[in-house]
Amino acid sequence: MSTAVKSQAALISADARPASGAWAADARADAASRLAAMGLPTRRDEYWKWTRPDSLVSAVADAAEVLDYEGEEPLFDDVDRLKVVFVDGVYDAEASDALEGEGLEIERLADAAAKDIHWAKDLYGVLEARGQSPVNRPLAVHNTATATDGVVIRVTGAVSRPVSLVYRHEDASSDAILHSVVRLEEGAKLTLLENGPAAARFSNVLEVDVAKGAEFHHVRAQGRDHERQAITHMFSQVDAEAVFKSFTMTVNGKLTRNECVIDIVGDNAVAHVAGAVLGDGAAGDFHHDDTVFITHYAVACESRQVFKKVLKNGAKGVFQGKILVKPDAQKTDGYQKSQSLLLDDDASFQAKPELEIYADDVICSHGSTTGAIDEEALFYLRSRGVPTPIATDLLVLAFLADAIEEIEDEDIAAEVTGRLDAWLARRRD
Amino acid sequence: MLKINNLHVKLEEEDKQILKGVDLEVPAGKVHAIMGPNGSGKSTLSYVLSGRDGYEVTEGDATLDGEELLDMEPEERAAAGLFLAFQYPVEIPGVGNMTFLRTAVNAQRKARGEEEMSAADFLKFIRAKAKDLKIDADMLKRPVNVGFSGGEKKRNEILQMAMLEPKMCILDETDSGLDVDAMKLVSEGVNALRDEGRSFLVITHYQRLLDHIKPDVVHIMAAGRIVKSGGPELALEVEHNGYADILAEIDA
Ligand SMILES: Nc1ncnc2c1ncn2[C@@H]1O[C@H](COP(=O)(O)OP(=O)(O)OP(=O)(O)O)[C@@H](O)[C@H]1O
Ligand SMILES: [Mg+2]
Repeated sequence: MSTAVKSQAALISADARPASGAWAADARADAASRLAAMGLPTRRDEYWKWTRPDSLVSAVADAAEVLDYEGEEPLFDDVDRLKVVFVDGVYDAEASDALEGEGLEIERLADAAAKDIHWAKDLYGVLEARGQSPVNRPLAVHNTATATDGVVIRVTGAVSRPVSLVYRHEDASSDAILHSVVRLEEGAKLTLLENGPAAARFSNVLEVDVAKGAEFHHVRAQGRDHERQAITHMFSQVDAEAVFKSFTMTVNGKLTRNECVIDIVGDNAVAHVAGAVLGDGAAGDFHHDDTVFITHYAVACESRQVFKKVLKNGAKGVFQGKILVKPDAQKTDGYQKSQSLLLDDDASFQAKPELEIYADDVICSHGSTTGAIDEEALFYLRSRGVPTPIATDLLVLAFLADAIEEIEDEDIAAEVTGRLDAWLARRRD
Repeated sequence: MLKINNLHVKLEEEDKQILKGVDLEVPAGKVHAIMGPNGSGKSTLSYVLSGRDGYEVTEGDATLDGEELLDMEPEERAAAGLFLAFQYPVEIPGVGNMTFLRTAVNAQRKARGEEEMSAADFLKFIRAKAKDLKIDADMLKRPVNVGFSGGEKKRNEILQMAMLEPKMCILDETDSGLDVDAMKLVSEGVNALRDEGRSFLVITHYQRLLDHIKPDVVHIMAAGRIVKSGGPELALEVEHNGYADILAEIDA
């Protein structure tokens, strides 16, 4: 997918891989050979039934016009944060804050990879490789093999200032690959923010290891550039009494596929993944796919999948979500909710919710629904003088509320709601 | 104020005529009541006046201060001053009561070319009105009508009415589901709004409400028409004898 890589065959040639220290070179070589064995995804793959991988695996990325944000205040600008900026997938030291913070070791992947010995060795490509079963995720393997930039973060304390990864898109033909790893030590705490379109085509892998009693909060907003494409993977391992919470907001984008693979490995842990999507096909193609796989290995853990999509004018939504409960994972409380609100007949939503349970003492459920605007509620609002477009948008935001509520920080949740509201309002006027 | 002339309404989906020539006039400043057996078309009349989908007007018209109501969208009718307190208020999960009311108040102001109310003024306004109706702050924060008791929903309707200050208020069985104290509160809420520029159409099954909200005229609706009109004594007659006598009188 990078410009250096013209075909699958090129992937396995050593010169396609970035120069690096031994551990990184090994990880990349390993990924390259895994990819060679597995092959890139094709339309025939069951896991890609509803999302065509063609434009994600093509040698050259389709160009994507850079959106003019017209002086709008960038997201999270009000948040006191440690900002790390990437422009078209390349770290921008000028625009970034110094890579340091209390309770935190943070380094550019390129710098970490140049060292011969590094803690990231135990994570980089490791959680990704573990996430290749029972389903192959070749684009993540490809990312591990070829990514040159990203950050590696080790958190040793309760960090109050979020780390904020900002992905700017300036070149209409950019093809970016980033790979970041986060290790939260026992009892540590971190909020990671990610926002921006990143590139015309963006492949991102995030590996997160949440040790015992640690807390990881993640809020992501994918950029609004209409023609941009993104394939993202998040791999996480959550240990005992730890908390993992991730929320993603997506509006616009020709193609987005967000895969999330979580292994809950310690007792009494919590893992929540949520997403709120607004797609309007009138401004260009819109296709959004959430693919989630949560495995419960441990006792008395809680997992939630809360995905909400509002679609119109030919916008397409996909959800593939699974909860797998291993035989020892008694007292699992797993819940999966995937709902779409279709505002017209042209929009479509495809869902494959799955439960696979091998323990007997569990509470697991899933609900997937496709619905239209509640006419009763709409009339009630209109009868109070609220014009139809505003009433509809109120109901749209209300529909997304469950997912937004998954964001722990109230200020950030309010900012996310405000952005969604503004997006709706722009289409109204 | 409100003039309904020979209104015929059928269901859009099926061939069922529900209103069969309703004639009714409520002058400014007056309170009119409508009573009538279940299924006679009272709620249908109120829905048609407020613009709900699913009905087809086959004959007749309705005007509010001379403006043709039936040509307007529901939100336009509201901005023109029409308000319906629903027999079954709708629950709207995810929309806060406060947000809902502020949006409604400001939308109506905008439609009338008035300035929007500032957040601070709105807060002061709603707190005062809510206090009168013994609606606590928690109910204002919760999603619209979600988890409200029957009586709370009805009080919430009256709160909306008090906030929106409409000129033509239709109350569809606002008394049902209210305990004695709540009935008094709601009636006081309504009476506080009585004004020479404001009219009420109160749909009820019980004389009790009319003890609190004294009507000028009582109408009896049966089988889709107003079959009899009279003074407050008509409500007493219904209370004592039911509808049988009145209906027999009409048939004769
Ligand atoms: N959408 C509908 N579909 C089918 N029938 C309807 C519909 N709306 C109204 N009706 C019928 O029209 C008639 C009048 O109903 P309406 O609700 O107006 O009566 P009402 O006088 O308000 O009764 P109540 O005193 O019980 O509230 C009833 O027979 C009812 O079943
Ligand atoms: Mg009724």
